[in-house]
Amino acid sequence: MSIAYDTIAFRSAKCDGCGECMKACAAVKQGTSRISIVPGARDGAFEMALCRQCGDPKCVMVCPAGALSKNAGNGIVDWAADRCVDCLLCTSGCAYGAISADPIGGRVIKCDQCGGDPACVGACPTDALEWGSAGSIYNRFGDKEDMFVPGLAGCQGCNSELIMRHVMRRIGRNSVLATPPGCIPGMGSVGYNGKTGTKVPVFHPLLTNTASMLAGVRRYYDKIGRKDIVVMALAGDGGTVDCGFHAVSGAAERGEKILYICVDNEGYMNTGMQRSGATPYGSWTSTTPVGDKLKGKTQDAKNMPMIMVAHRAAYVATASTAYMEELYDKLDRAIEASFHGFSYLHIYSPCPTGWRVPANKVIEACRLSVESNFVTLWEYTPEAGLRFTRSPDRPVPVVDYARTIGKYRHLDADQLAHIQAKVDEQVALLKRLAGEVSAVSAARAAAPEDSSTSAGAVPPPLRHETFRP
Amino acid sequence: MPEAKYLLVGSSHAALEALRAIRRLDPDGSMAMVTRDGALPYSPTVLPYVMSGRSRPDAVILRDRAFFDEVGCRFVSGVAATGLDTAARSVRLADGTQWRYGRLLVATGAAPAIPPIPGLDTVAFHVLRTLDDAVGLRARMGLARRAVVLGAGLVGLHAAETLAEAGLSVSVIEMRGQVLPGYIDAKASARIEAAFAGHGVKLLLGRTATRVAAQDVGIAVTTDDGRTVEGDLLLVATGVRPVTDWLAGSGVQVERGVLVDGFLRTSAADVWAAGDVAQGLDFASGTRQVLGIIPTAVEQGRIAGFDMAGDAGQKPWVGGLPVNTYRFFGRPAVSVGQAAAGGDGFEVVEQDLPHLYRRIVLAGDRLVGIASVDDPFDAGIMGDLIRRRVDLAAVKDAFLADPTAIGRRLMSEQWR
Repeated sequence: MSIAYDTIAFRSAKCDGCGECMKACAAVKQGTSRISIVPGARDGAFEMALCRQCGDPKCVMVCPAGALSKNAGNGIVDWAADRCVDCLLCTSGCAYGAISADPIGGRVIKCDQCGGDPACVGACPTDALEWGSAGSIYNRFGDKEDMFVPGLAGCQGCNSELIMRHVMRRIGRNSVLATPPGCIPGMGSVGYNGKTGTKVPVFHPLLTNTASMLAGVRRYYDKIGRKDIVVMALAGDGGTVDCGFHAVSGAAERGEKILYICVDNEGYMNTGMQRSGATPYGSWTSTTPVGDKLKGKTQDAKNMPMIMVAHRAAYVATASTAYMEELYDKLDRAIEASFHGFSYLHIYSPCPTGWRVPANKVIEACRLSVESNFVTLWEYTPEAGLRFTRSPDRPVPVVDYARTIGKYRHLDADQLAHIQAKVDEQVALLKRLAGEVSAVSAARAAAPEDSSTSAGAVPPPLRHETFRP
Repeated sequence: MPEAKYLLVGSSHAALEALRAIRRLDPDGSMAMVTRDGALPYSPTVLPYVMSGRSRPDAVILRDRAFFDEVGCRFVSGVAATGLDTAARSVRLADGTQWRYGRLLVATGAAPAIPPIPGLDTVAFHVLRTLDDAVGLRARMGLARRAVVLGAGLVGLHAAETLAEAGLSVSVIEMRGQVLPGYIDAKASARIEAAFAGHGVKLLLGRTATRVAAQDVGIAVTTDDGRTVEGDLLLVATGVRPVTDWLAGSGVQVERGVLVDGFLRTSAADVWAAGDVAQGLDFASGTRQVLGIIPTAVEQGRIAGFDMAGDAGQKPWVGGLPVNTYRFFGRPAVSVGQAAAGGDGFEVVEQDLPHLYRRIVLAGDRLVGIASVDDPFDAGIMGDLIRRRVDLAAVKDAFLADPTAIGRRLMSEQWR
């Protein structure tokens, strides 16, 4: 299996040309900056030249002295100063202006990513430079055992299959898995032809009793002293927010020590794309058709993860496969929390078949759903409260997201306005939750002793006007 | 009779890239590389630095034995190919062995072209094309005081600089009226000439050597203006010619080099050619030329390799672009494309400042060539602007003022 590498990504829209990256690079390298920001075509737009550490680097091919080489360990195109004869031929191999003659001294210079902690990224005040370590996730988990058999019968481009495989690679064999009716067992994880499709103990509860059965499994393991088993569900949104809701709610309320992962594809996709409580307003489904009168679903979706916050579960988080590093981080915390209390991870999963999204656009749909705030990424613990893991500020309009999804193709301006308003309202509510918690702790920390607040006074109680946990 | 699905004759840039390309598509097909050179693969371009002592001979090796074991390629060195039988699909080597091949790459490169100067065959002289040549020259120059270099191309100038820096008194005789003819224009040449003169090197430009004779000590070269230049070391650097003699009678069509099409196929079935031996498409003229530079060798080797391995998705080569980077006494000179062009249809913009010289050649608001002295630029970006025929009309003034910034911007936009 090949290796994926970390990389420095440039988000041109965020670059304001301040040049801090170049200053930082020049300082660290004690010379000319290896990164070059140049004015773009429009006023206020900027472009960048920086070594991309090519997979098949032409600078290496044209070097007559063997001074350049692709480092298989970290992916960097290494330059050996002692072998280099300063002939500059490498500069003819680079279409990015990323290996160039240093005006000072005349030797060639190129980015070496500062050994994994690039100074330019740290210095960028607008996040236009991002240190992408997505590759290292692949390296960390790529060789881990896939817990599902090959040939699961998911549709082409199925995001839920990605989620299942990624999650179970991380969790490994020390687990008991419940997969209530839905796409996940439907594509073969519970098995066919007398074999299971999963390499861990798997069972197929009813839609209604998943969390209850897991609670029993955990209590049994507790009783026999096995504290190391992840007792978990990979459940769809229907089995979580509708049919199985009471069991999930009850288990959360009792603080059952289980990991409950809801794979939310916004409907009963396995049985023919019926609407669920998680189906967003306006969606076409087979039970909310689009015709002369009806124009898709007329109600808004439940926000299940917020409902779980209201249960004060040990851990609640939302995640998206467009942000895998984050998903893995949250998964780590969710696993840990499941040994102490009810741990709930809600992963959004666009369905290419049911949503009418081309298979090759699924991850893009994931990303746009987040960039438009249609989906917000955050996590919650009773101790730390709620915090955004990706800022909801400066979103793209929801319409940009909706346009990429076939089930919204029929939406008129009023319906789009309704969705935008709903998204704004949700974000405002989440911000209030996130803001209130941090505002209180900040007030505690900042209040000087002789302030008008009486010394030692307890801060005013949280006021949740729309939300009372 | 040994045999290989892929037989690569030659061991420098073109053959090495072909090997890599083949292995991308065919990890297991049997392969062998046969080379007349006794050493492991190296680049002829690095030899002036071996001669100067800057690079150790063992530090310029591009691939070691372990590499060949790892990729599954037999490496047969020190044996020249002496004949090709395309009907029998076999290559005859100097030691008498016959290699049968499935697909053959001709990458035998070039060898010094020795001019027909009367008397040259009666004296000892050096050339600089192999690692042995470089090591020999290095040893020899320590014993000499006066050197004569025939030819002011890249090899001749590199060597002349090294010899001068080693304390020899050096004369360079060049037939043409400037140095690096063909790569740069006369003004750029003048700067380089001045640097050589400043370091005590005598440049005899526009002069032809008419006779070479042995003397009691060393040699004497007579030029067409009747002058005699004496030396105790003679280096012939008057260019190279493709090594094609072993293809005689094989049916592989040879003109100045081995004629190849857009996929580097020769006129014979299952025979490809790449690198300095090949005469392939020239980007600017659309005709077939021997280009003889590393970037072309690398591109050709890659395309040939992919084609040999049966890549169905290949596009034909767009043609080679002259690219030369050259350092003289620490100063850089770079040229890409038709950098010396001028006259009808060309727009030439020169910056002739005391501290730098830059020459940009446009045709119809598109870059076709650029050269500079003391002002290195992003040669790769300029090459891509030329090859992509990027319309510079909207940014022309800015580009002429700062080709580096505009070039980087344009490529960043292209590659987002």
